[in-house]
Amino acid sequence: MAEFLQFAFSGLTVGAIYALVAVGFTLIYNASEVINFAQGEFVMLGGMVTIFLGYAGIPVPLAAVIAVLVATAVGLALYRLGIAPAREASAVTLIIITIGASIFLRGVAEIIFDKRFHSLPALFGSDPIRIGGASILPQTMVVLASALLIVCLLWAFIDRTLYGKAVIATSANRMAATLVGINTRTIVGACFAFSAAIGAIAGVLVTPITLTSYNVGTLLALKGFAAVMLGGIGSAIGAVVGGVLLGLFEAFAAGYFSASYKDAVAFVVILAVLFVMPQGLFGKRMVERV
Amino acid sequence: MQRHRLIPLLPLAGIILVLPLLFPSAYYYRVAALVFIFAIAALGLNLLMGFAGQVSLGHAGFMGVGAYAVAIGPSHLGIAPLFSFVLGAVLSALLAFIVGRPILRLRGHYLAVATLGFGVLLTIVFTNEAKWTGGPDGMAVQQMLVINWTVRRISTWYWVLAVSFLLSAVIALNLIDSPTGRALRAIHDSERAARVLGVDVAQKKLAVFVISAVYASVAGSFFGFINGYVTPDVSGFLRSIELVAMVVLGGMGSIVGSFVGSAVLVILPQALTIFHEYEHAILGLTLMAVMIFLRRGIVPSLSAVLGGTYK
Repeated sequence: MAEFLQFAFSGLTVGAIYALVAVGFTLIYNASEVINFAQGEFVMLGGMVTIFLGYAGIPVPLAAVIAVLVATAVGLALYRLGIAPAREASAVTLIIITIGASIFLRGVAEIIFDKRFHSLPALFGSDPIRIGGASILPQTMVVLASALLIVCLLWAFIDRTLYGKAVIATSANRMAATLVGINTRTIVGACFAFSAAIGAIAGVLVTPITLTSYNVGTLLALKGFAAVMLGGIGSAIGAVVGGVLLGLFEAFAAGYFSASYKDAVAFVVILAVLFVMPQGLFGKRMVERV
Repeated sequence: MQRHRLIPLLPLAGIILVLPLLFPSAYYYRVAALVFIFAIAALGLNLLMGFAGQVSLGHAGFMGVGAYAVAIGPSHLGIAPLFSFVLGAVLSALLAFIVGRPILRLRGHYLAVATLGFGVLLTIVFTNEAKWTGGPDGMAVQQMLVINWTVRRISTWYWVLAVSFLLSAVIALNLIDSPTGRALRAIHDSERAARVLGVDVAQKKLAVFVISAVYASVAGSFFGFINGYVTPDVSGFLRSIELVAMVVLGGMGSIVGSFVGSAVLVILPQALTIFHEYEHAILGLTLMAVMIFLRRGIVPSLSAVLGGTYK
């Protein structure tokens, strides 16, 4: 029982990160139909920028804020310089562009930072709390709580504010939104910015647990995408549920089956979902018109 | 009078014949050999992406199958290198056949991610099954034997690979001008219209997927022979993206473009070794720039400017 709980806890921890990455994916996809493979790099930037600013002498909380701002700027730049110029591009072209952006960001991080693993001090100390024979880090609770908070805030923004309605309108029908006077470029740019900020916050919060280095972004993006596919592309709830489920699957597979194939779980999930249930758990069934 | 379809290859063949006269050292032979290898893989991918309009972000996985086949065959199973080479291609074809049917039913970004997942899964298997594959450190590859003659000197490899590349280009050009090729181009333009015209879309897509997998496997096997060593990176995500970059850069749908794309992406890092650290950043930037500004790739854009329809 203790073992089961332990796996569950570690699954929840990492699942919360996948959930945040997935929420970022969903936000961008809903607004612009782009699958943003650079999403994982935002998480990486959040952690790495905070750490290196910390080395430069800036207190960690301030460094974290600056890191989030940097990531936001990068997200905006990605939209402005990478996505917006490629108008009328097919879905695959856009994916390749974001993959290129992800590789570019990783390459730049490789040069500016270094290739080692780094960590941050945990917010509430690193003594684990024992529950039912298993131990859970306080930072995990911070991550989970923050994930919930972010999703709630996002929902409140989208559902309750005028700008949120503009986002919904843009994702429903871009041309119609433009016709009613919504500046879709600004809206989509803002979605990229929010998405980057969410990713960066996730990065700052999870670094005390999982450490970070210049190349964590790629795998994170792929797993976040697996979470999105599992939950149903386009659904925010699906993103969170998918992320947590994926984290749990991974933890249980690693614990009960084979630790070295842990990373394969996400890809098996992607393939399984695509073959069996392409719309995911909460997604809409796509109807193709001839 | 219609130009014979193989004519675009003549200038390329000419360059290939003359080039060794300019090589001051063995190093150049090696770089050229690598260009040929990746050109073969890029050619296969081009058939899939440029002509049939599908996408595969995991094609290096098949290169891995070919590379590990020639590594594992002789050392673990006692199979002759040349036979392992063929076996690798057959295995890739089989894998592509099995995986292709369900995967090719997907479209757009779903297809992209499914192929990506497939490629990464293969890499994970290669990394983990250390008993067979030597794990993350890789394993050595025996020299290639054809009956009693070992291919040892890199200059010999240059010619072997040049011939292989030209052969694969000829096959590709013949495929494109065949009924299957026309069906593929129809599928690229509009799958529904092709279906209405009676094209068996699923079967044709599967066929080109299998063919492109064999191309990649052949390239991977050669890669293993030339390096004498193979590591899981050969099938990694980054390698798959490099292949896509070659296809896209050279020109989707252009045979010569596959060679150009491969040449650029193999030679440039060699030429700019001082910028070695910036390799990834430049690759990413190149991908973005090409997809935004030069979507058709180098060769088709150039030929459009020069007023031709160069294949």
